[in-house]
Amino acid sequence: MIEIKNLTKIYTTPHQQVLALDNVSLTVNKGEIFGIIGLSGAGKSTLIRCINMLEKPTSGTIIVDGEDMTLLSKDELRLARQKIGMIFQHFNLLSSRTVFDNVMFPLEIAKVPRKEAKKRVAELLELVGLKDKARAYPSQLSGGQKQRVGIARALANDPKILLSDEATSALDPETTRSILKLLKDINRQLNITILLITHDMNVIKQICDRVAVIDKARIVEIGDVLTIFSNPATPTSRSFLDSIIKSEVPEDLLHLAQNNKESSRLVRISFIGSSAGEPIISTMIKKFDIKANILYGNIDRVKDIPFGNLILEIMGEPVIIKEALDFLKDNGLEIEVLKNAPSSN
Amino acid sequence: MLHLLTSFDYHTFMIMLSGDYGIVAEKVLKATWETIYMIFIATGLSYILGLPLGIILVITEKGHIAENLFLNRILAFLVNTVRSIPFIIFLILIIPLTRMIVGTSIGTTASIVPLTLAAIPFVARLVETSLKEIEWGLVEAALSMGATNWQIITKVLIPEALPSITLGIAITTINLIGYSAMAGIVGGGGLGTLAYYYGYQRYDNLILWTTVIVLIFMVQGVQTLGDKATAKLNEKRR
Repeated sequence: MIEIKNLTKIYTTPHQQVLALDNVSLTVNKGEIFGIIGLSGAGKSTLIRCINMLEKPTSGTIIVDGEDMTLLSKDELRLARQKIGMIFQHFNLLSSRTVFDNVMFPLEIAKVPRKEAKKRVAELLELVGLKDKARAYPSQLSGGQKQRVGIARALANDPKILLSDEATSALDPETTRSILKLLKDINRQLNITILLITHDMNVIKQICDRVAVIDKARIVEIGDVLTIFSNPATPTSRSFLDSIIKSEVPEDLLHLAQNNKESSRLVRISFIGSSAGEPIISTMIKKFDIKANILYGNIDRVKDIPFGNLILEIMGEPVIIKEALDFLKDNGLEIEVLKNAPSSN
Repeated sequence: MLHLLTSFDYHTFMIMLSGDYGIVAEKVLKATWETIYMIFIATGLSYILGLPLGIILVITEKGHIAENLFLNRILAFLVNTVRSIPFIIFLILIIPLTRMIVGTSIGTTASIVPLTLAAIPFVARLVETSLKEIEWGLVEAALSMGATNWQIITKVLIPEALPSITLGIAITTINLIGYSAMAGIVGGGGLGTLAYYYGYQRYDNLILWTTVIVLIFMVQGVQTLGDKATAKLNEKRR
């Protein structure tokens, strides 16, 4: 649906050149929710703006629904943009218009006959649950309601793609959840492809099918959300995960482990899917002559699949510890040794 | 056309209002009407030309919807040039142009020419400031929907800046009241002429002070009107 090939964007100022996107390539499939996560300044905002040419790429191609956006004439681009909805962090609603007229705005731009447009606006307000706010002005709405208006407006011209530019970043967690749910419903009901950018891993976790991690103008990792959550390949991805899953071992726990007289190891065990439900740890303890102390753990769900993290201190003979860890690996768990606690000598 | 308009309206106005109020009242009323007439037409004309100029100044800026730095710099230079000439000198400078347009350089209708021309760049800068208050995100949103530049101007920029533009109209009107008094000194008519000839040259303090009081009320009235209209427009927006 969206195919970005070798996209590079350089901002030129009189004093310097800033590389905002460095040879970025990615494909968004039809009907999926694709997330791009990155810190501010990583280039994600530039990337999403290149898709509807709000930013002109320095080089590279952007193919949306079979059309190369970089080759369109001004008029062709305007028509193409009418089929790409966009929602914004700060909503960008017109303060001079009521909710109804704000949703009407893109229909006016597309010169949809007034009678037809009014019917469409009514449908959209129903869809986003703001039927009773039609006559209100944006200033009279809460943040969540404003974003609902933004979503209704973005959907007015039946777009095939919805671009979301940090749409929930200005909202509280509760409202964020409800807006994300609305986006997911829209994705399912209307089969709209959604490309969103965010700096919040929770957004990715809640609604995305696939994710790309962007860091310093480059895509450093791209893949299935579940895969990246269970096995992040880059430090950037790891740090984003840490922001929502506290997998860092608290300092005092490390001390506890170090003070132990026996030979011990601190390990992080990550598990996903079915293995989360099996008693592998207890089997391990029964099978090997070791002791295990659970220091920290959590289980989360990504797209309805359980996913978790357990930090264990395993004590015993080093050889047996190694055998025990191999046993866990054989059972499909990800093992990371955090610390070899000093042995008693 | 303009002549017809003034003489007709002025006489109607005087018959209605002056009666036997005496010579001072009659003179002041006549001059007040002349001032209102000059200001009203000059403000109107300066907005007809200054509003588009202000819009062009904004949209031709770097990164805006119709970026054209060459045009932008030329217009900015012209605007600054006219604004840097003191009005009283500008008035004299453009006498030949005034004669060309109106046929004379004396009288209220003739004053409208310098008043309008001096106000256009002022209006353009006020409009420019008003439009710049609009968040770029709104323009970006309209662009993302595939709006044309004309649609962005008429559906985003002007409606969103309207409260601020309205306040600008009041400021312009008040400025023109001051300018019109200067025009009065070189025979432009209105309260300025009255104050100068009767107040200054004939030491008629009654007329001088009456003029001042009328001007004070005029300015207060315009400002109040502007504030009210702006508040009304902002009522639901904020």
